[in-house]
Amino acid sequence: MAATRLFLRASPVKCSLTGLTGGVHSSLGLTLLKLSPACTAKPQAQRRHAAHFTYHPEPAPSQYGPTQKMNLFQSVTSALDNTLAGDPTAVIFGEDVAFGGVFRCTVGLRDKYGKDRVFNTPLCEQGIVGFGIGAAAAGATAIAEIQFADYIYPAFDQIVNEAAKYRYRSGNMFDCGKLTIRSPWGCVGHGSIYHSQCPEAFFTHCPGIKIVVPRGPVQAKGLLLSCIADQNPCIFFEPKILYRAAVEQVPTEAYQIPLSQAEVLQEGSDLTLVAWGTQVHVLKEVAAMAQEKLGVSCELIDLRTILPWDTETVCKSVVKTGRLLISHEAPVTGGFAAEISSTVQVRVRWEIKAFYFFYVTDFKL
Amino acid sequence: YVSTYADFTPQATFDIKKCDLHKLEEGPPLQAVLTREEGLQYYRTMQTIRRMELKADQLYKQKIIRGFCHLYDGQEACAVGIETGINLSDHLITAYRAHGYTLTRGGTVREIMAELTGRRGGIAKGKGGSMHMYTKHFYGGNGIVGAQVPLGAGVALACKYLGNNEICVCLYGDGAANQGQIFETYNMASLWKLPCIFICENNKYGMGTSVERAAASTDYYKRGDFIPGLRLDGMDVLCVREATKFAAEHCRSGKGPILMELQTYRYHGHSMSDPGVSYRTREEIQEVRSKSDPISMLKDRMLSNNMASVEELKEIDVEVRKEIEDAAQFATTDPEPPLDDLCNHIFYNDPPMEVRGTNPWTKLKSVS
Repeated sequence: MAATRLFLRASPVKCSLTGLTGGVHSSLGLTLLKLSPACTAKPQAQRRHAAHFTYHPEPAPSQYGPTQKMNLFQSVTSALDNTLAGDPTAVIFGEDVAFGGVFRCTVGLRDKYGKDRVFNTPLCEQGIVGFGIGAAAAGATAIAEIQFADYIYPAFDQIVNEAAKYRYRSGNMFDCGKLTIRSPWGCVGHGSIYHSQCPEAFFTHCPGIKIVVPRGPVQAKGLLLSCIADQNPCIFFEPKILYRAAVEQVPTEAYQIPLSQAEVLQEGSDLTLVAWGTQVHVLKEVAAMAQEKLGVSCELIDLRTILPWDTETVCKSVVKTGRLLISHEAPVTGGFAAEISSTVQVRVRWEIKAFYFFYVTDFKL
Repeated sequence: YVSTYADFTPQATFDIKKCDLHKLEEGPPLQAVLTREEGLQYYRTMQTIRRMELKADQLYKQKIIRGFCHLYDGQEACAVGIETGINLSDHLITAYRAHGYTLTRGGTVREIMAELTGRRGGIAKGKGGSMHMYTKHFYGGNGIVGAQVPLGAGVALACKYLGNNEICVCLYGDGAANQGQIFETYNMASLWKLPCIFICENNKYGMGTSVERAAASTDYYKRGDFIPGLRLDGMDVLCVREATKFAAEHCRSGKGPILMELQTYRYHGHSMSDPGVSYRTREEIQEVRSKSDPISMLKDRMLSNNMASVEELKEIDVEVRKEIEDAAQFATTDPEPPLDDLCNHIFYNDPPMEVRGTNPWTKLKSVS
């Protein structure tokens, strides 16, 4: 479920900085509420909303060579295959990666490249990441897998204190830029508290690492290859609900999609929508609904890289539309939308004549 | 059928396997005395756990239980043996394969099954599910591997501090034995002589990884290094009982922590999404079932020593089946928790606080 923040420019309610609740005196809010059949203001009548969206594959990219139909986990396998083939120092390790991984992201790689390049680790996340940092510092392209993003916390110290700061504290003598950490991320419907988390916000508080979340197979392969090539430690979160659901024509050769560049998926004039990962597809549907039922033209941006994020693209869009809505799966308080909204507010402040906050939130279980 | 109980042997002494010892001069006794009542009670409890797990399997396949479900069948002797070696006032904490312990620690089958189906009659009010079941002095039911062990040491510290002569049994698996926090806990428990029994339930596989492929040393009872350890047959309920009694005595006498490794086996896969046969052969599972099944072992012992009759044990089976059926019926028909419960118990708060619902015009109340 998503947390959303909404900025309105020049709202009819003059300059009232109401804090937490928009209340039903927001005409836009009421309209939205009436249009949505599943939404009711009465909690007793509320029914459970499971994450629901339809995945629409994007057209096959033509500039990267021949393509093949792949789903998200197959596109990850393809990226790893390309890496192991082209880089003799590349190694992949994590829990259960040898047989193919619990999400089948590493199927066939051990047979193809050998057990000294694709190997299992015992159950020790802190050890996995620490070991990965060392391997990367010594010159190996280390690709570590953390089985679920929910389990990344024992490794938090290693990521934040060791990996992120290695280059800085050694005066560029050492670095672990060849480290990439991959982890399944996000809600999947039945995951509950320990198989559904989106911890990107915890890591955005830390300079020195990069965080990337793709929205589909073509994006995933290109962004993962960029992360692996990037000379900084990267965390690559893969939306697990899309592993099988997202199917596209993906180039078989290696290609890179640049990091720290957000992508404008559709242009619009009235409202900027920002999301990453699975939520991009939900907002695609929202944009279509808004156009059809409200006549609102939405500009949809996929952030792609969460840290360092593309402030230019987002701010430019907000200057154009005057309104910003950010939606993500993680809890609202301290979620990355807070950072985006405050940065936009500072950068674009002089464009906003009046602002009115209200939170459109879904309770994240 | 009228059973003349005077015909049965009231109690018998059985030889049990010697334990492997680490940093211990003496181990648990090599013989265990089993009375008829105890035997029937252990049989009933183990059979209840077995049938409950098989029922959960069935309900999961019918999609009445959703989410994650880690079954305990095959390991019943561990839960029952440990419980008989300690008191109900002692404390126990384990990981996610917790249904058996929830039962032995005072939960009822009805509550457990209703929790699995997520209904309001569940032991955690339907909000926890398979991995999060709790009773008084049973701290769950924990999802993150290895995280429960330092918690257990903390509980043991509280016992020592309060001077109530209680101990804490801290369980973990062979996979978790490689987690860093386990070793941190060993150090703290030993340094401060906490009354903590660390028990490694070694069922030979950490999810799909066999112990040989995960651990440099598969002698889990020695991994505590400076902590004395025992390795024993976890399929023999009497062995487990005697070892637990021995360990509890060790802790209660102020000697500090002790480690036990129970060599056991799970018939099902890691969870319901694991068929359990891609990393081990069906023959292996079959062999354990025929040669070392804990319930069969106890049954054979009792029958061959005339401590019970076949009919009597069959009667218990029938009663257990009925209990499970009733519980499953309850678990299927009980209503889900009310929406008002959704946000309760996030924080401790007095007065109640408001929580955002799925849209900004819905406010849910959080009471705790």
